[in-house]
Amino acid sequence: MAITTAQSPFRTDPLTGLRIDLTAATLVKVNAVLAVVFLLVGGTAGLLVALTRWPAVHLLPADLFYMALTVHGIVALMVWIIFFEIAVLYFVPTALLSCRLAAPKMAWTQVALMTIGAAITAVAILQGDSSVMMTSYVPMNAAPHFYLGLILFAVGALIGCGVFWGTLVIAKEEKTYEGSLPLTVYGCMVATVIAVFTIASGAIILIPTFLWSLGLIKSIDPMMYRVIWWAFGHSSQQINVTAHITIWYTVAGLAFGAKPMSEKVSRTAFLLYILFLQFGSVHHLLSDPGLSSAWKIFNTSYMMYLAVLASLIHGLTVPGSIEVAQRRNGLNNGLFEWLRKCPWGNPVFSSTILSIIIFGFIGGITGVVMSVEQVNMIIHNTIYVPGHFHGTVAGGTTLAFMGLTYYLIPVLFQRQVIMKPLAALQPWLFGGGMSVFALAIMGAGTLGVPRRHWDITFAGQALGYEWPGLTQMFMAVGEIGGVIAVVGGALFCLIVVGSILMGEPVPADAKNIVAPPADAGGHKEIGAGGFEAPGTFVLAMVLFVTLVLYYFVNFKYLATLWTLT
Amino acid sequence: MGYSFTAPAKNWATEPIERTEILWITIAGSWCLFMFVWMIAWHWIGNQNMANEAYKTTTDTYAKKVEDFTAKYTVRQDKSDPSLPVVAPPPGSDVYLAASRWQWRPVLELQKGKSYRVHISSLDWDHGFSLQPENINFTAYPGYESVITMTPNKSGTFAIVCNEYCGIGHHTMLGRIYVKE
Amino acid sequence: MSNEPFEQQTVLQRILDDINFIMCLGLVVPTVFYTLWGVMEVATIPLGK
Repeated sequence: MAITTAQSPFRTDPLTGLRIDLTAATLVKVNAVLAVVFLLVGGTAGLLVALTRWPAVHLLPADLFYMALTVHGIVALMVWIIFFEIAVLYFVPTALLSCRLAAPKMAWTQVALMTIGAAITAVAILQGDSSVMMTSYVPMNAAPHFYLGLILFAVGALIGCGVFWGTLVIAKEEKTYEGSLPLTVYGCMVATVIAVFTIASGAIILIPTFLWSLGLIKSIDPMMYRVIWWAFGHSSQQINVTAHITIWYTVAGLAFGAKPMSEKVSRTAFLLYILFLQFGSVHHLLSDPGLSSAWKIFNTSYMMYLAVLASLIHGLTVPGSIEVAQRRNGLNNGLFEWLRKCPWGNPVFSSTILSIIIFGFIGGITGVVMSVEQVNMIIHNTIYVPGHFHGTVAGGTTLAFMGLTYYLIPVLFQRQVIMKPLAALQPWLFGGGMSVFALAIMGAGTLGVPRRHWDITFAGQALGYEWPGLTQMFMAVGEIGGVIAVVGGALFCLIVVGSILMGEPVPADAKNIVAPPADAGGHKEIGAGGFEAPGTFVLAMVLFVTLVLYYFVNFKYLATLWTLT
Repeated sequence: MGYSFTAPAKNWATEPIERTEILWITIAGSWCLFMFVWMIAWHWIGNQNMANEAYKTTTDTYAKKVEDFTAKYTVRQDKSDPSLPVVAPPPGSDVYLAASRWQWRPVLELQKGKSYRVHISSLDWDHGFSLQPENINFTAYPGYESVITMTPNKSGTFAIVCNEYCGIGHHTMLGRIYVKE
Repeated sequence: MSNEPFEQQTVLQRILDDINFIMCLGLVVPTVFYTLWGVMEVATIPLGK
């Protein structure tokens, strides 16, 4: 099967017909496996955090709790996700543009730097004097190698972006494709641009902080630190958003033969991300003093909410394209026949659709509302904030990555996914648990419960405060949801590792797993009332009405507070 | 051809846009515009806004201000924690609150319906000012003194919870504000 | 499928297809409006008495 050329050995994958560059495939596998290993580490730390914040369990002592929370933040939010993203960045252009990977040696340098960097930072945290949280706000100080590890990790990620960019250049020069980039590659390109901005911002602030920790710089201004750190910290989540939306588009195509409803609309929405999405970094500074409302409003609204508009567009077009494909394939009855007859038991699909729903309804709506300059005052640094970003990053990004992984195991490792019934259940466990977790702790956050806090009972404190009655219930339900999500995550790791090691080989006569092209029957009249995707439109309106109502509920509550001017 | 993972049509930018998308973009875009205008408008029509008034200072200077303020207006020691002075400044005056590991000082006694210029700063690391059960949250920085004019519209006992992680004693960091009728 | 030469593509398509230009936009716009403007905000906070 493998055909070797002098330049670059490759094989043609029987399942997809894709030309898989073997060098790239090895690097994709290594990055993906490292990602899953770190997901296991991050998830374990998350379990310890959940079991401590669950009032009835309160597992860890304070010092270990803050340590576990620092590990969880860095590993689950950055290390797992960026390793997986690098795997995607190596796979997508080489496979979809049928070209070789630029500079494989640099790619191996990326693997080494990111692994060593993550390990060094992990060691620093586990040594105990670097429990400074992912954000490591100065003048709180960590050990120098805490920052050094992060810097090495970031340099590795930047090299990965360079390899991706070089691959695009090579593909163009060697004319392995014509015209515009496929949308999937385009989305990866957008994510890479955001990644470069992110990593550059991280370098600008973490390198001086490292020097400060060594005593070579006298002090770092704490407000400057936060302004620039968040250009790194929040933008890194914008890479994730772009990456998982790209995966939505991809899976819609792979699983249904769906075509983007409009290349123009989707690509323009990506342009809005390029221009405005990074402004979201200000969301963490809205309740900080001294920064003008002009700067805050301009940035927090992504310049008149144009990046929000882009997300709303992606949120409609991906399910819309699935609806169109399903209708063209004959499921054209009523509003929702196309949706009912989706392959809900296929983890590739269920992960993706759950990712879309959780990201939109939980992560998206709350994100828009909490980033209003004034509403942020009733949400800033409460446990509402982790509720929101578990909706975006865990329910949105991680779940989308899980779905893509199920798709890629047979393609890359040439193994079948093991324990199929459990694999069918897994996205529901993870997505369901994560949704309960996010919604319940947002309830607690609405009541004021702080994030990153070991003991909200304030046991033994003279000035202790008793929370409203529902608080304990919200925390308990939320953390139970968190534990369920961890079980779902662990199951994912088990299935992936098990499939790679013990999965049945993909049979030689395996069917092409790319769905048959839609639109086989020509230009059949589909949809209703002149709309090709009326069902998706109705669902989108449900999201819209929820957003509008929730927006005004928050202002109504805000208006009852002490006057603040 | 034309899937997300294959090349698009050559001149994709000239292809027509389907009705579902056009209608959605119109609705969503209008709402985006509304939210933008509303957020600006709330600075005039709303009573809860970020003042964003702040000054560069030093922790020593600020500690001295808090000390002077406390000495001037202390009315008693707090019943719950006798080591803490309760300070009752006159309405309309400047009020100084200091965050430090791991305490908000001093305890304040304010009057309902009266306005105070509340200064907030930290004496060491970043801290959080989280007023409960109102659930009003601000960041306190070392080296920066922010001023927020607050007018309590309810009476009772309010807690200040630190909600910016500030080291191993973070969860013990509290303060208190009494608001009298 | 149409076979128009490159020149007949719309301006939008040519901008979106120019990945190096997109990279420049993606770095310059947030650097100017978020980072530089934000740093100026911090730098111009007045000195207290």
